[in-house]
This record gives sequence, structure tokens and C-alpha cells, in this order.
Amino acid sequence: MPSVNKTFQADKHPLEDLLRVDRLPHIWCPGCGIGSVFSACLRSIKNSGIDYNNFAMVSGIGCSGRGAGYINIDSFHTTHGRAIPFATGIKLANPDINVIVFSGDGDLCAIGGNHLIHAARRNMDITVICVNNLIYGMTGGQVAATTPHMYRSSTTAAGNPESPFNLPLLAYAAGATYIARWTMLHSRDVSDAVSEAIGRKGFSFIEVLSPCPINFGRRNKEKSLDTLRMYHEKSIIKNNATPAELDIEYGKSIVLGKFIDIQKPTYSENYSRVHNPNDE
Amino acid sequence: MKPAVCTGVHFINGDEACAEGAIAAGCKFFGGYPITPATEVAEQMSLRLPEVGGTFIQMEDEIAAMTSILGGAWAGCKTMTATSGPGFSLMMETVGLAVVTETPCVIVNVQRGGPSTGLPTQGAQSDMMQAKWGSHGDYEIIALAPSSPQEMFDFTIIAFNLSETYRTPVFIMSDEIIGHMSEKVIIPHKKKIKIINRKKPAKVKQGFKPFKPGANGVAPMPAIGEGYKVHITGLTHDEKGYPVMTVEAQEEMMARLLGKIRNNLDDIILTEDYLLNDAKIIIITYGVSARTSYTAVDEARSRGIKAGLLRLITVWPFPEELIRNLAKKAKGFITVEINMGQISREVERCAGGLAPCYLAGHAGGAIITPDKVLALMQEKF
Ligand code: SF4
Repeated sequence: MPSVNKTFQADKHPLEDLLRVDRLPHIWCPGCGIGSVFSACLRSIKNSGIDYNNFAMVSGIGCSGRGAGYINIDSFHTTHGRAIPFATGIKLANPDINVIVFSGDGDLCAIGGNHLIHAARRNMDITVICVNNLIYGMTGGQVAATTPHMYRSSTTAAGNPESPFNLPLLAYAAGATYIARWTMLHSRDVSDAVSEAIGRKGFSFIEVLSPCPINFGRRNKEKSLDTLRMYHEKSIIKNNATPAELDIEYGKSIVLGKFIDIQKPTYSENYSRVHNPNDE
Repeated sequence: MKPAVCTGVHFINGDEACAEGAIAAGCKFFGGYPITPATEVAEQMSLRLPEVGGTFIQMEDEIAAMTSILGGAWAGCKTMTATSGPGFSLMMETVGLAVVTETPCVIVNVQRGGPSTGLPTQGAQSDMMQAKWGSHGDYEIIALAPSSPQEMFDFTIIAFNLSETYRTPVFIMSDEIIGHMSEKVIIPHKKKIKIINRKKPAKVKQGFKPFKPGANGVAPMPAIGEGYKVHITGLTHDEKGYPVMTVEAQEEMMARLLGKIRNNLDDIILTEDYLLNDAKIIIITYGVSARTSYTAVDEARSRGIKAGLLRLITVWPFPEELIRNLAKKAKGFITVEINMGQISREVERCAGGLAPCYLAGHAGGAIITPDKVLALMQEKF
């Protein structure tokens, strides 16, 4: 395990009140992007001005799924793929809680894909942050539903024969009312997106591309810095872009931005309207 | 808002009675998914929950239904789901999460014939072992078996009380016959119903440990939003809830999980006996099979056979000690259940060779008739 470096020990981290410092060091590898996404998310929670007790974070399983373990609020590390239905239960049982799902692409979009589309369809009032590293990191680099075509993984050593999901399109088709995509390099944009999602009602889906140098980069001859350079040079920001045109052409072009931000009644609003029509 | 307790005499089916029991017990959230023959539980909950300020949601599958009730439980509600065989199978991974995170909730299984799609509209009792061992790993679980619509009401309340007391998922192992049978159900006055709510932690929030056991081996449980900042994980964890990947931590956690059930058997195990005092041939049964077994005992007695009956209200944890003691004086046991031998094997294990054990069972789809039990009695003894 890497040791905590001296600078960190000497200075109080600006997000220390939101961190379970007694759980550090974290498990994320050097060069991993999850930490940047995580701290952007924490900054948004801090900047919201909302009492931390009114937040809950839910994660599934995987490297990104460890997020819930490091945030110092009520936090839940659930089973693989099931963060969203767990979050749904929290939200419906106590609508005052801001529920943030922080998990990875494999967890949310493959094994948990069914829950993702249904929570989007219901416009469940939760914020989903999907760290997309294009691979199953925790288990050692197997092909994911997001791995680019012909890229290598430990289960597609000769190249991935499948095509990846266009996640914003998936979320859009299912009915998500806020959809954005950034990379971990765009830390401020990630944070702004999470702040917007916290501040609005409805199902928000934020995809954040993040390098997995250990299990994706290594097999695809891509160093951590190469990935960041690619994020920087090959991404274009196109707010309100059509979701159908958001396929990632990995290494060539990645469209980023806020694509969807519309108002629709949430599940809870519709539920109370149906059952208490005289309340309005 | 309408009353949570519909005091009065009703003519309703078992599934509906179960839902009324849940509402009376204070259930405020139900995550469901339709499946025969448990659908009426969800339907009734969808009608009743909004009337008492609760929320019903039909999730996209049973995995989501089961998971949603854990989220609801941590948000501070009493929660329930209901299903049958195929859905029960899908829920199993999350049942393990409920066990290890010590999350109170109630899961109703209105059993039908299996395996697989099996006999959706016909009763069976063939998920009894799945209730005990269906999720991976070692654990103890509580399961109750109602024999009538009245007991669907009564036992659902007991299930919630046990679940809240021991911070554990509790199964109601019903079956299609009881679920779909309509009978008189008496719902008592609210004041006559004993309700137990989970113990809340002391006000000190700094350094709170959500898994540090109290006097009965169970830790008090806060709700999201109360400021305790809990971390809850399915990984092996210490009393603080933090993951610890060591043999020692695993041992300590397992001792706590098993201990809170095993050290409170007297409180958890409920049974009922019938003509057991001088009985030589002892019928062990539960749920719908108890109904026909009583008739078999009466008929045997009228023929001069000293038969008696032990009905398991709590099937899990299994009343090992009780069966062991009965085995010392019994000529033999007949277990009556609608399966090919599940609880009968537990009886055999506990009898430990002291008395012969037989099964009056079949593969599912109908009750076990008293004639079948009597015929076996006469053949074997
Ligand atoms: S395996 Fe990949 S995703 Fe997981 S922590 Fe390491 S670099 Fe990050």
C-alpha cells in the first residue's frame, strides 16, 4: 500500500470534513482518474451549502464503487449493479435526502443497466455519477459494455468484437432529464454538473471518462498521460448535442458537454399527485 | 389518511391479510414485482400504503424490489416485499446483503411448485431449504410459516417485530393455498397489537458504531439523515462498519451475526403442539400442511393410534433441541410437507438415529391429504 505523503499530513485537505480520513490511504492505483471525479463530486456537495446530513451516497461494486467508503456522510456500498434501486428505496422512504449514486460503468450500465433505464424512465429524483473507465478495473481488466471496438482486455486479448454503449443516448432514450458527459480532466465542469444535478429535481446522469492505466491503458499501450492528452486534444465541447451523435470514437473524437436539461415531474411528485389530488 | 389497523371481522384471502398485517405493523414502504401467487400482496399494498402515508413502487424486477426495501429500511422505514419461487431466487444475493448489513425487512414468499417456472398457480412448500441457505455464505435467518389467512395477518406482525428486534431480514414462508384461500380474519383493536420498533442509538454521534451490539447482541440502528454518518458495506466489516479483510474480522462479524439469532432462540422459536404429551408417533409439520395433519392425528387417535403433532411456527432457526428431546420418547416421526424432503431431513438430523423418520410429501401442486399421512402411519408403525 502507498504511504500517505508528507504534504498531505502537514496540510489539512480542503475536503477533509467530507472524507473518512481514517480510511485513507484509498485503494485507487497511481494514475487512476477516479479520485479526481470523486473530489469534484465532494466539492459540489460542499459548495451546495446543504447540510451534509441531508445527503446519502450509494455505490455498487468495483473500483468506482469504493467511493461510498471514503465519503463521511451516510454512505452505502451495496451489491454489484444495485446502487440505483437501493438509492430509489432511500429517496422514496425519505424524499428530503439528496441521494447521489457514485459508481462505475460496469456496475451501472451492464449488470445494473436495467435499473439505470427504469430509474431514468421514472424520473427518480437522484443524481447518478457514472465513472466510465472503459473496462472492469477491480477484477483485472475484462471487457466492458463500454470498451471501444477492437480494444484489448483480458477477455478480448485479440480485440473487442463488440460495440460499446453510447451512454448519454441510452440515458436519453430511457427518459433521463439531465445528461452530461465530461472527462476527469474537466474537473471544474464535472463539479458544475454535479452541482446542477444536486440543485435540480429529477433523474440526472453524468458520465465522466476516467483513465484506468493499470488495466485498460497497459493492455492498449496507452500511458496515463497519453490518455489525459487525448482527453485534452480530442475532446470537443458541444452543449445540447444530439444524443444519437455521441458515440465515442476513442482516440479520435469525444463529444463532451451538457446535452439534456429539461423539467419533468419526478416519480414522487407524480405519485403524490395521483394519490392526493386535493393537495395542490 | 385512513387507519393503519382495519379493526373488525373480514373475509379476505391470505395475501390480502398479509398486506393488512404489514400496514398494521407500521410498514411504510413496499418494493414489489408481480408474480403468481403473491401478486395480491403487492396489489393490496399499492392500495393501502398511500392511505397511511407510505409509498408503494413496482420495481423493474425482483432484484430491484428486494434492494429498494433495504434502502427504504436505512431511510428509517419498516419495509417489505413479496414474491414466489422464481422471484425468491432472484432476491437471494440481496438477502445476503440484508443479513450482513443487519437491515430489518420482511420478505414474503407465497410458495408455488418448482423448480423453475414450475406450477405457478399451485401450492408447494419446496423453498424451505432455499430460505435457509439460498444466499451464499453462512448465516442464520428467521422464517415463519402461517397456516391460515388469519395467521398471514398475525405472523406478518410477528415477522416485523422479530425483524426490528434482531435487525435481520425475516421470511414469511406461505404458499399458494394459504395465499389464495379466503377465510375469516379478525383484525383486533390497534391497542391489542404488540408492535416493536428498532432500537435507536444514543444521541452521541461522534464515533458511533452501527454494528456494536447492545444487550441482546443487536446494535441500535440510526436512519439516514439523523447525523450518524454511517458507512454500510456488504464487505466483511468491523463494528464501525468499515471493511476489514482479515480472518479475525470475519470471525468476529460472523460470531455477531450468528450469535444474535442463536443466543435468542427462546424468544424467536415459536411452536404449537397437539396431543403431544402421550404421543408415540409424532407428526412434524408447518404452514398449510399443518391443517391436514391435525385431521390425520384426530383420525389416528380415533383408531387407537397414539399420534400427536408439533407445528413449527418458526421454521428457521430450527427447533433442534425440541426435536432432539421428542426423539427420546417417540416411536417415530412423520414430517408432512409439500416437497420431496426438506424439513424432514432436518428432523432426521435432530432425531440423531433415536427414532425412525419418514416423509409424507409429494412434488407439489396440492395439499397432502390426511389419508396419505394415515396410510404412511399404518405402513411404518
Ligand atoms: S484498476 Fe484501474 S480503475 Fe481500478 S483503481 Fe486501478 S487504475 Fe483505477
